Amino acid sequence: MDFFLVSLIKIVVVFGAFMTTLAYLQWVERKVLAHIQLRLGPQRVGPHGLLQPLADVIKLATKEGLIPANVNTFFYILAPFLAVSLALISIAVIPFGPEIELFGVRTNLELTSLNIGVLLILAISSVGVYGIALGGWASNNKYSLMGGLRSSAQMISYELPMTIALATPLLVLNTLDLRQIAERQGGGWFWNWTAFSYPPLLFIAFIVFLISAFAETNRVPFDLPEAENELVAGFHTEYSSLAFAGFFMAEYANMVTITCVSTTIFLGGWHPPFPAPYSNFVPTALFWFFGGVLLFHGLTQPARRWDRFTFPAFGVISLGLGAIFLLAATVLPIIGQILLPVFWFVAKVGLLLFLFIWVRGTLPRFRYDQLMRFTWTFLFPVALGCLLLTGLGVALFG
Amino acid sequence: MIPMPNLDVLGFLVLATFAVLCGLSVILQKHAVASALSLVGVMGSLAVLYLMLGAEFLAAVQMIVYAGAIMVLFVFVIMLLNSGSERPAKARYFAYLVGIPSLLAFLGVISFFILKELPNTSSVQFGAFTQGGPAPVGRLLFTQYLLPFEVTSLLVLIAIIGAMVLAKKEID
Repeated sequence: MDFFLVSLIKIVVVFGAFMTTLAYLQWVERKVLAHIQLRLGPQRVGPHGLLQPLADVIKLATKEGLIPANVNTFFYILAPFLAVSLALISIAVIPFGPEIELFGVRTNLELTSLNIGVLLILAISSVGVYGIALGGWASNNKYSLMGGLRSSAQMISYELPMTIALATPLLVLNTLDLRQIAERQGGGWFWNWTAFSYPPLLFIAFIVFLISAFAETNRVPFDLPEAENELVAGFHTEYSSLAFAGFFMAEYANMVTITCVSTTIFLGGWHPPFPAPYSNFVPTALFWFFGGVLLFHGLTQPARRWDRFTFPAFGVISLGLGAIFLLAATVLPIIGQILLPVFWFVAKVGLLLFLFIWVRGTLPRFRYDQLMRFTWTFLFPVALGCLLLTGLGVALFG
Repeated sequence: MIPMPNLDVLGFLVLATFAVLCGLSVILQKHAVASALSLVGVMGSLAVLYLMLGAEFLAAVQMIVYAGAIMVLFVFVIMLLNSGSERPAKARYFAYLVGIPSLLAFLGVISFFILKELPNTSSVQFGAFTQGGPAPVGRLLFTQYLLPFEVTSLLVLIAIIGAMVLAKKEID
């Protein structure tokens, strides 16, 4: 009974957090892109546009769901469902923290533990292409079809370097269980993480994995399936309302999943970058620093009228969060055992997500032949070389 | 004695039914994309069956290689050629006359052999087999089945080189 109850609570918490992340990731992306381009971004709905995701959801849900004439209705409706459900599965095997004990119940901070966790994620990501390819094909539109075809070709090609780059750290870690992978990197400084072992081989593998991840999630600079100056909107040109929202959500969910996977496998999962007693105070310091900056900025030099109220408010919230983390690190270890690992995990995932957005604001799109030549003549040999050299290293020193 | 229907048996029945229905759909669909996707359904349900039998590694590989790579390529090519839906060929009287009896005979032979073999084998127990993880499979591949494994990889290499040679050839 305990098992079911605990699992149910964990599912509710993870699902809620995941959905909120997806909604607000889009807000963060718009804000960051806007500031990269010297704009303000969403500003109207709520303070600093914070309620914009809610408004977008209402807008998308109340729009008319149109099924165009001459589409293959079954596959046209099936495609967004496939895309969303496959994108949401993988989060179930990601470990967010160590084993904890709460009110006498011991449980792992994850939904489920599989001894083939890495393989499951690879399987789901390789099947994920069906949603996009089918959506493009069933729409009966040449632009959609081109988008779907490009997406399939791109995902098949980039899966190869991605899988090889993912296999390289597994040589060092010697397991396919994501929990054990994270646990084996802990207990010390950041050079225990796989990305920094056998330097620079595994760091190169990490970079190869990240580049392939951009292509797998159809993000800039590899967003040719939806290149709007050639293909209108690519595979989801003919979609509207919640079906469109499904594709949109699937893209962001894939992004979150792939950053979680790279955090777990390459960046030490929930482990802090340096040993425990000192790293426990880093969250407090960070939150208090941000709170101080916001308070100072809002009270002394507000740029706009509302900043006088919103900046100090966010500053106080940030100070409060810092205080909670200070309590968690010192006198309330029962909260600390959950909050501190989750903080480090979320911080690493957040940094990688920021990298995704940063790249989108910086790099132009590849041409299609460049995209294919890049993976087959550069990325794939590099990943293969890394795998072989790491194998040699493990055989000699491991 | 009839075993009590538990969750495993129920799961098996659902998956087996789904697999057979998808298999029928592969040959009955008029459109090539629909057939290919039905085949993906067959492979997916087979993967879950492997998982229930304890062959986790095989299940994952089934999804990655068959459903994720080979069938994606199939669907890709079908979409690239953009073949329309086929009209079913008009069946002739002769086809019915020969086809149905030979189908029945074939089914009869198959079921005869299955029934003949069945009493000798003990029925499968779900959860009894635990050596299906990546480690035991890898150990077997590199010890007992090393030669077939290497020969297969050589065969695949020859096939890749052959495909490249054929693709490089100029079409006159």
